[in-house]
Amino acid sequence: MTEADKLHLNRESLLDLLTQMIRVRRFEEKCAELYQAEKIRGFLHLAVGEEAVCTGVMAALAPEDAIVGTYREHGHALLRGVPAKDIMAEMFGKFEGCSKGRGGSMHLFCAEHRFFGGYAIVGGGLPLAAGMALADKMQGKPHVTVCFFGEGAAAEGVFHETMNMAALWKLPVLFICENNLYAMGTRLDLSESETDIHEKAQSYNMRSEKVDGMDVVAVEAAAARLAAMVRKGDGPAFLECRTYRFRAHSMFDPQLYRSKEEVEEWKERDPIKRLTDWMASANLLHDDDVSKIEAEADKEIADAVAFAEAGQWEPVEHMTADVYAGATS
Amino acid sequence: MNAAKNNEATELTYRDACREALRDAMSRDERVFLMGEDVGHYGGCYGVSKGLLEEFGPERIRDTPLSENGFTGLGVGAALNGMRPIVEIMTVNFSLLALDQIVNNAALLRHMSGGQFGVPLVIRMATGAGRQLAAQHSHSFEGLYAHIPGLKVLTPATLEDARGMLWTALEDPDPVIIFEHVMLYNMMGTLSADAGALPIDKAAVRREGKDVSLITYGGSLPKALAAAEELSKNGVEAEVVDLRTLRPLDDETILASVRKTRRAVIVDEGWRTGSLSAEISARIMENALWDLDAPVARVCSAEIPIPYSHHLEEAALPQTPDIVAAARGVTG
Repeated sequence: MTEADKLHLNRESLLDLLTQMIRVRRFEEKCAELYQAEKIRGFLHLAVGEEAVCTGVMAALAPEDAIVGTYREHGHALLRGVPAKDIMAEMFGKFEGCSKGRGGSMHLFCAEHRFFGGYAIVGGGLPLAAGMALADKMQGKPHVTVCFFGEGAAAEGVFHETMNMAALWKLPVLFICENNLYAMGTRLDLSESETDIHEKAQSYNMRSEKVDGMDVVAVEAAAARLAAMVRKGDGPAFLECRTYRFRAHSMFDPQLYRSKEEVEEWKERDPIKRLTDWMASANLLHDDDVSKIEAEADKEIADAVAFAEAGQWEPVEHMTADVYAGATS
Repeated sequence: MNAAKNNEATELTYRDACREALRDAMSRDERVFLMGEDVGHYGGCYGVSKGLLEEFGPERIRDTPLSENGFTGLGVGAALNGMRPIVEIMTVNFSLLALDQIVNNAALLRHMSGGQFGVPLVIRMATGAGRQLAAQHSHSFEGLYAHIPGLKVLTPATLEDARGMLWTALEDPDPVIIFEHVMLYNMMGTLSADAGALPIDKAAVRREGKDVSLITYGGSLPKALAAAEELSKNGVEAEVVDLRTLRPLDDETILASVRKTRRAVIVDEGWRTGSLSAEISARIMENALWDLDAPVARVCSAEIPIPYSHHLEEAALPQTPDIVAAARGVTG
């Protein structure tokens, strides 16, 4: 750990990381509940267990940076600043949602926070993110485009096409591989000849690293360092975050492909528990900190649910609006 | 330049007109850049961008690796983030490799994001048969793209349109695909020196007639015009409608022509089944059935992979005699 990294290890910044992870966890747990209650429909992909990745990376970014996410992006949107109520309304399919109810869980968008969307074709967001970075570079803007994707994307041809062009043209893009070891139900070593995903990126001549994705401080430190290099004009960087999803792939997944023991083992490394324990052992956590954070998160989420409940359905006659610019029903 | 000089017509090819359109767009707007396989050092597979690398440099005339889905996706992202990219895909069959980015991203983003994000991207590609390039370089998938809401599909078939539709497409806030038929690149013609931007939402009547409407686009336009001349020798005056834009279709111009002539022959180099010609035929039935004196006829490509041998390729495509025969069939 460098001196610069240590600067962030104060109570305030650690509490903030803890707060953000708990917000995401509580938000997603509420989503699961609302799915059972049939308020949220369609596919719902939860990232419970993976919170350290989006939390650490988002903490390392500037407001002008752009985010491209996947279909497992609730936490990313929330931490980027998209209001919880707008996300929840979107999950409910309401007109007040951040995509007007057209996208749902998998397609959250928010121009104001430069959240360029959740993409549900695996790998589909990668070239788009590189193109955004190309635009920034051509326009001389010092921004970073951050592209999140799962390790499953590394099997797609477009992953390799994008790595090549991003490195070839030194584009200011930070690739964040959220490696949760399963592409839906297919274990990494059953689908990849090289299971170190960051090695693949490395072979395209870009800065590429691996980090413990269950350690939010390590993720933030690595993301901040790599983002600074990208911003400086050193070309793209790649960060593989080794993480784990505690819950099913989606709400339809009976999880036949992994053992309960494996899940329990990973739960021992729960990023929230880990940070809480560490802060406590370092005397950086007060007794009521966690309960206060949870209460505030629950209040925010309850307000979001109420907002979503009270939301409107988009009038059917609006349905054809926005297929083209300026075209209303 | 004075006005007289402005109007001086120069002789050039369709390819030159495409290049002039690119040069003009690049000069007008620094957000515009061209990206694709061999567009720079090679000068473009069909020579369209020859010389532009020297003029605008490698940042704006950007040679790409052979990564159709990848660089098309980069075009989508660059368009989302303030640029006005022109992506060139070498030939229409290769564009199938980029379908994911075109259909799943470019076409959907505005609607799926609740109107927040538009993709002002232009994709150009060569299309069609006639050069003995065989089955993997000769198809016509314009109709397939015209099926997709969120896309606009253009088929310039004249020098004026090759010169004039690109700029309008670049000004459009949504993704536009421009199909350049390979058999048009060497077509000679004249272009006024002040030729400029043209609308991209209107069909054009290229030849007036009263007896039958020949409705076509792209590489079939010269064949339809030749057929009209042939028919005229026997007293049948064909009206030739150049669709110019396949999505959105200009129903008004199509229907006005059909209501006037009361007969329609649709000439489409795509395969007949599920084709653009089928869509146009259906629209005529839906809107002008009682104005017709004969069933709508179609001249399409044979439903086979386009063959290499010259005689088979010729036989597989809509040709002037086929159009003449179809027109005679409906005019009795």
